[in-house]
Amino acid sequence: MDLLRFSTAGSVDDGKSTLIGRLLYDTKSIFEDQLEAVEDASRRRGEGYVNLALLTDGLRAEREQNITIDVAYRYFATPKRKFIIADTPGHIQYTRNMVTGASTAELAIILIDARNGVLTQSKRHGFISSLLGIPHILVAINKMDLVDWSEEVYDRISAEYTSFAEKLGVDDMTFIPISALKGDNVVDKSANMPWYDGSTLLHYLEHVNVGAHRNLVDFRFPVQYVLRPHQDYRGYAGRVASGSVRPGEEIVVLPSGRRSRIASVDTADGSVAEASAGDSVALTLEDELDISRGDMIVRPLNLPSVGQELDATICWTSEEPMKPGTQYWVRQTTREVRGFISKVVYRIDVDTLHREEVEAFELNDIGRVHLTAAKPLFFDRYQLNRETGSFILIDPHTNATVAVGMIRGNVRHEVDLRGDGEERQTSPDVVWEGWNIALAEREERNGHKAAVLWFTGLPGSGKSTIARAVESRLFGSGGQTMLLDGDQVRHGLNGDLGFSDQDREENIRRVGEVAALFYRQGCVVLCTFVSPFRQDRDRARALVQEGRFVEVFVDTPLEECERRDPKGLYARARKGEIAHMTGISSPYEEPARPEIRVQTVGRAVDTIVEEIVEALRARGILPAGD
Amino acid sequence: MSLDPRSHLHLLESESIFVMREVAAQFERPILLFSGGKDSILMVHLAAKAFAPAKIPFLLVHIDTGHNFPETLEYRDWLVAKHGAQLHVGSVQASIDAGRSTEEPGPYPSRNRLQTVTLLDTVAELKADAALGGGRRDEEKARAKERFFSHRDRFGQWDPKNQRPELWNLFNGRKNPGEHFRVFPLSNWTEMDVWQYIAAEDVPMPSLYFSHRREVVLRDGTLLAKSPHNGLLDGEEWEEMTIRFRTIGDATCTGATLSTASTLEEIIAEVAASRVTERGGRHDDKHSEAAMEDRKKQGYF
Ligand SMILES: Nc1nc2c(ncn2[C@@H]2O[C@H](COP(=O)(O)OP(=O)(O)O)[C@@H](O)[C@H]2O)c(=O)[nH]1
Repeated sequence: MDLLRFSTAGSVDDGKSTLIGRLLYDTKSIFEDQLEAVEDASRRRGEGYVNLALLTDGLRAEREQNITIDVAYRYFATPKRKFIIADTPGHIQYTRNMVTGASTAELAIILIDARNGVLTQSKRHGFISSLLGIPHILVAINKMDLVDWSEEVYDRISAEYTSFAEKLGVDDMTFIPISALKGDNVVDKSANMPWYDGSTLLHYLEHVNVGAHRNLVDFRFPVQYVLRPHQDYRGYAGRVASGSVRPGEEIVVLPSGRRSRIASVDTADGSVAEASAGDSVALTLEDELDISRGDMIVRPLNLPSVGQELDATICWTSEEPMKPGTQYWVRQTTREVRGFISKVVYRIDVDTLHREEVEAFELNDIGRVHLTAAKPLFFDRYQLNRETGSFILIDPHTNATVAVGMIRGNVRHEVDLRGDGEERQTSPDVVWEGWNIALAEREERNGHKAAVLWFTGLPGSGKSTIARAVESRLFGSGGQTMLLDGDQVRHGLNGDLGFSDQDREENIRRVGEVAALFYRQGCVVLCTFVSPFRQDRDRARALVQEGRFVEVFVDTPLEECERRDPKGLYARARKGEIAHMTGISSPYEEPARPEIRVQTVGRAVDTIVEEIVEALRARGILPAGD
Repeated sequence: MSLDPRSHLHLLESESIFVMREVAAQFERPILLFSGGKDSILMVHLAAKAFAPAKIPFLLVHIDTGHNFPETLEYRDWLVAKHGAQLHVGSVQASIDAGRSTEEPGPYPSRNRLQTVTLLDTVAELKADAALGGGRRDEEKARAKERFFSHRDRFGQWDPKNQRPELWNLFNGRKNPGEHFRVFPLSNWTEMDVWQYIAAEDVPMPSLYFSHRREVVLRDGTLLAKSPHNGLLDGEEWEEMTIRFRTIGDATCTGATLSTASTLEEIIAEVAASRVTERGGRHDDKHSEAAMEDRKKQGYF
């Protein structure tokens, strides 16, 4: 039996409480004495039927006002699965409660009253769910009994909501027509809606894939507590935030940067061969290092981002409005440092998704800010890693949790993509002197022009094979060449970067800069990087002269790449072992107008090499007739 | 025994251990409230696992109503010795003697309610800044909105309207002097989970939980066991029955259940088939619909 946590949100009277009551009742998770109490209460309230909604509303104040005001957690189980429901109110003034409920959910049920169609509130629930990174959204179109079980109504609402949700980038969305009150399509299939051939709500909940939100690749271990029972044992207790760890693996401790190896992965039941995301264990190391709570243990070749100035989306959860510039405690993983909001970028109107300029946030406001921390934080983008990408802000005077946040990345100073590359981000105090020897002189000596050949394409498309062959060919005929490839730079120059979107971006930025230096030296630089994002490639392009950046798109279809699978990465990605595999679970943006496009299926490498060399001649990079 | 890493029990265990380690890290003088019931037995088991090979870093505190089943005390002392833990007993009788609480009127009064005063006095006396309890959200409606880290003001009171949002795994245990936290690592467990886990981990349990013969009397729908603290009212008679306890608390108000379940497997089967909550057998919860919530506001467990 595994576990699914889901949240429910609906506008008042959409039937959320009735649905939950129904789920609990039909799965026999309600006891007789609870039912008796509800029957009594229904009778006292003068209701003619047993109000299942009463099963789930908790506190007295709420009962008196007839509304749900906080997040309430409910439990039920079927033989297949245990379920934890975070039941949240849907009204705008409870945005923070919805955010709370969504923070640990893997699935969100959004209720829509079939009579009312898609209301602003339903959109808000979708927005918040996507913001908090919930991978599955289930839209339950309720009260179908009141619209004559109409397929047309269902289709209209589904279509309308789908078109709205496209803006949100939700991967997995399912629609189910139900009647919570009568039970249709909740646990049992409805006889009233023969036109619907999908699964019932409970069947869906029992079978949806769990664990999709977990990052199984990037090993991150925030140290929670140090176990030191006697001189001979020093264990670092904590929960694996993401990825996995085994004895013998090399690690690095942040912030000290000290390296060691895992000696053992311990539990109370003995040492284990592996611990993975979600496991509470204790790690021992081969060397004695000074490590304490708030440090993070990671792998040397897969580091999180490090930064003190963060770009983040936050939700303000306090009645006291934000005071920009005021100090707060920032809690992120097990680390706690001082920090302040250095800039309010914009507030999002959660109903229209419009951005608004404001000075500060008030209760329930959601928006984007820059957060400056007194010490570096180690993080991944929230969308890639919930555990290391989330934080809370605590008011040091009241101790209240005033805001909750999701990290988007380090604050970046905008790069001017249109310029000739001279307007770039520069280190302070560096005065540009100009190059000592002009590029034209170097090119003169080399007998060919300098250029950057940027090979992009899916993993397994054949970039490296082709680039290597091209380089050998050019070098063989006396050319000045240099080849930069992903694995090689990740061992040295970029050994501190991981595979978060942000680190990938930084990886490409650095490679672009290095390529530009070799270019200045007169080389034909061949770069082979998946480089899935157009923007990153364009940034590299902006660093060299017009006409000297040659984008080579190795256009091999995904199926073929997957069939080749030279490093077994696709197989692992399909098994869910790699979270952000380009082409599978992470997008690849094809070049719109590559200088060279090569097809590889059924073609010899030599032919392709000749094709590229020919194209370089045509562009005047290589001399004609060589 | 180790659990299937994908199972819900493994996830619950891992979460509870995480919460307990947060308590050890964030607080200076944490205590673990031990009532002798299965939830607090589970708490001690998990605390031992969370800090192994080190000892449990929490002082165990028993708020003793004086109305115990002898089996409970025997088991308690055995458990404390087994883990090399420290035990502190806060006595309700002592609170009564000191005039801090008053025994409820009537014959064979329950002291469940009186525990609150003694608990708060004990917290103050020990200068405890966090008290770990075995409360579960599935037990009772008012608990469904309880946080893992539940803030209590200087008077030990809970304000359900002013709880701190709790997101992801980020627990905010910051507080001012004199305030404390109640922490509930078992929040996400259900009664069924507890029994399944106890069976999977083979946690030894007190005999009271297993079916046995005992003299009981039926009063207001509750089967009360014969003990020095429980006597007969007019017209009542002791009757020997085959029973077990689903919860164990103050002997004057903890009801027994008719049951032949004498192994963990049988108990699990019984829980699965049961149509009454475990608190259904607790005499004191029936007083009012919102009884629990009122008591919690005052500082009850
Ligand atoms: N006809 C019909 N009424 C429903 C259905 N679901 C809920 N209701 C009614 O809608 C009202 C609001 O339901 P409730 O569950 O309290 O809504 P909540 O505010 O979203 O929790 C109640 O009177 C329910 O009986 C349904 O599927 N069909």
